[in-house]
Amino acid sequence: MKSITSVVAFFFGSLGLALAAGTTPCFAQTDIHFHTVTGPMEAHIGGLAGHSSDGKTLYRRFCVGCHGASGDGNGENAIWFDPTLGFAKPRDFTLGVFKCRSTPTGALPTDEDLFDAVTRGFVTTNMPEWRSLTNQERANLVAFVKTFSTRWQTDKAGTPIAIPPEPPAKIESILHGRELFQKMECWKCHGSEGRGDGPSAATLTDSKGNPIRPYDFTTGERFKCGVSNHDLYRIFMTGLDGTPMPSFADNIKPEEAWDLVHFLRTLQVSIKTPELGTFRQWVSAHPGQLKPIGQEAPPGK
Amino acid sequence: MGERARHSAKKSISWLALSLLGFFLFAMILADSRSASAKPLPGGNFRAIPAFARKYGLPCSACHTAWPELNNFGQVFRDNGYQLMNDRDSPIWQNPTYWPMTLRMTPNWHRERTNHQPVDGAPPNGSVVEQHGFDLSGFDLWTAGTLYKNISFSLLPSSDSTGAFHFENAFVRFDNLLKSRWLNVKFGKFELDNLVSEKRFLFLSANGGLYQTYHFAPVGDANDFGLGDNQIGLELMGHSINSYTRYSVSVLSSNSGNVGLPSNRTYDGYVTFSQAFQVGRLGLQRLGGYAYVGRRPTFSQTFTTAPIPGTGIGNKSFYRVGFAGDLYTLQGKWEFLPFFLHGYDSVFLGIGCGLTAPCSPPVTLPAGAKAPTWNGGFIETHYYYSPQLVLTGRYEILRMSRQAFPTPTMPANQGDIDAYTAGYRWYPIMFSRAGLAWHNEFSLVKTAGAIPLSGNGVGLSPLAPLTALCSATRCPGVWSQTLFFGFDFDF
Repeated sequence: MKSITSVVAFFFGSLGLALAAGTTPCFAQTDIHFHTVTGPMEAHIGGLAGHSSDGKTLYRRFCVGCHGASGDGNGENAIWFDPTLGFAKPRDFTLGVFKCRSTPTGALPTDEDLFDAVTRGFVTTNMPEWRSLTNQERANLVAFVKTFSTRWQTDKAGTPIAIPPEPPAKIESILHGRELFQKMECWKCHGSEGRGDGPSAATLTDSKGNPIRPYDFTTGERFKCGVSNHDLYRIFMTGLDGTPMPSFADNIKPEEAWDLVHFLRTLQVSIKTPELGTFRQWVSAHPGQLKPIGQEAPPGK
Repeated sequence: MGERARHSAKKSISWLALSLLGFFLFAMILADSRSASAKPLPGGNFRAIPAFARKYGLPCSACHTAWPELNNFGQVFRDNGYQLMNDRDSPIWQNPTYWPMTLRMTPNWHRERTNHQPVDGAPPNGSVVEQHGFDLSGFDLWTAGTLYKNISFSLLPSSDSTGAFHFENAFVRFDNLLKSRWLNVKFGKFELDNLVSEKRFLFLSANGGLYQTYHFAPVGDANDFGLGDNQIGLELMGHSINSYTRYSVSVLSSNSGNVGLPSNRTYDGYVTFSQAFQVGRLGLQRLGGYAYVGRRPTFSQTFTTAPIPGTGIGNKSFYRVGFAGDLYTLQGKWEFLPFFLHGYDSVFLGIGCGLTAPCSPPVTLPAGAKAPTWNGGFIETHYYYSPQLVLTGRYEILRMSRQAFPTPTMPANQGDIDAYTAGYRWYPIMFSRAGLAWHNEFSLVKTAGAIPLSGNGVGLSPLAPLTALCSATRCPGVWSQTLFFGFDFDF
């Protein structure tokens, strides 16, 4: 009996010590002090309401290693992400600037935009898909992310841009998109074949001065902000804020944007898109008729 | 040693244990105080399999509820072949010096206490034996990751505490065949796709560090199969994008994971299916079922001489079927793992016919002999007090529903098991490249008329012959308890 008593005393005694030590201030190393700058925030995704109070624990478990306790992108693992090797630094939430939005450039994204970004992750970076979390958990995370920037108190999220219905990807649309690719000088960053190796590529930096690489269409199947033609349309009509990728909303018409989408799909040689098939068929039937993209091409073409 | 001296010794040992614990905790607090005062660290997180944490820069708590147990994100990562699917999984994207190696071991102190031991001068039903001391766990030296995009591997040389190594797993996996998550093929030695993993659970003690149900065989049974043993073969598995839906089908050599050619020329089969779903604020809930079917030889073609590997014949069947769950409540803070198994072995296996004790064909069954069947299961619970402290508990029960031999040859309850385990794991430091857990566990197992299973699969030998203690209808319980604490570290 004495043995049982001593076992129980030992077991619960040490558990008590562990609990006490876990709440002791000297264990600051293990107890995160978040540096949020707003009060409690909410996120609304459809009928789902996320709460920052519930998102805090999730952020601590999943996100703090990269994005940091201050949300400034300086988590303990951030120093190991080398932008020169193509690994983007973690997002700095304190700036309130986000790449993937449905809203115009410069505007805050909607809660749905952030929810989609968390769900989708960012291809070619260490930000994975978090769709294995429940919808509620992701909504809570979105709400907590908003506590890191006062922009969420002073500004309102922008209104999502309107995306007209996609016209058929006919050869005329593809060829016009190719002309736009030349005219808008997309090739300067993305390269004449979309490999992300244009003459300006090596000089690009993001808004924090970190090197950044243009998207390589030839190897990528997914884009930073989605996979569909609608996503691609949205990317260059809203721009990727915080990166050199601008918004072209003021430079091209909606129907022209769709032409550009159709042409960009022809650059994805690794997945052989329908647009690529259409384009190759036309090229084989019209040998020598296309002028090369790039500096050699005549101005205005 | 007199009774008074024994009590005095026990008391000293208890105080010694408490003093040591206090010393360790005090030392950790002091060490942590110094680091905190020198440089306030902004964040903390779990580190589980540091090889992957080092590769992806994600905290281990991203993949683990409390390492080494996987959460759903970790399950997706594993199902994808240790890939985040970010187009940067291939090793060509890593620093060439990166080596995905993980080391894990647990220096510990433990006390084992078992009754019915045949010590000198013991009464007819044996005596209680208590052993205790500082010890080492086994050692894992695990490397895993990707060889190329959508080609992954794992190699785990594992040793016991003496340094005797074996290959716990070794496989190559071809992921996302035909660009489909539903087609992944694994080839080699691997853990069965059990719905509740015994390889990544939160128990380490001799009695609590295994699922009794996963390794049970009826008394006198010749079947060497254990559901918790890693098996050699081929596995086809698939999963939905978030692994809410999962299935696996395996074809396995019939030697329960042992290397070398199998003892016979048949193959075992294993299928699992599970479905997870969200239930409001309770969190993710998963339910699934499984079935294992196999055959084992009862003699060999070289019955009159030494058995030649692969010549086992007279194959007799067995199966294990059941269901399991992974249920959460309190917004994911409290987890329940229910598990049920129904087992059946052929009567020939049940009466002990196997390669090590071959039965001369044609076998004449003893009067009243029947195929043994049993039901087993457990309910395990984890309460995540914080990401740094998890409380654990488990009750496991196993009951023979039919013995191979009728009473009084074999009492109805012989082999029955009741197992209780409680403990906690505390992760005192949160460092970015390694993990440390202070593990504390108490377990208690009662086995009716049989040698208790233990963490290393041996157990203390009870009084022999134990059946001498059994009455015509019932066997007494052999009680075995373990008190365990240690530092579980993982780098």
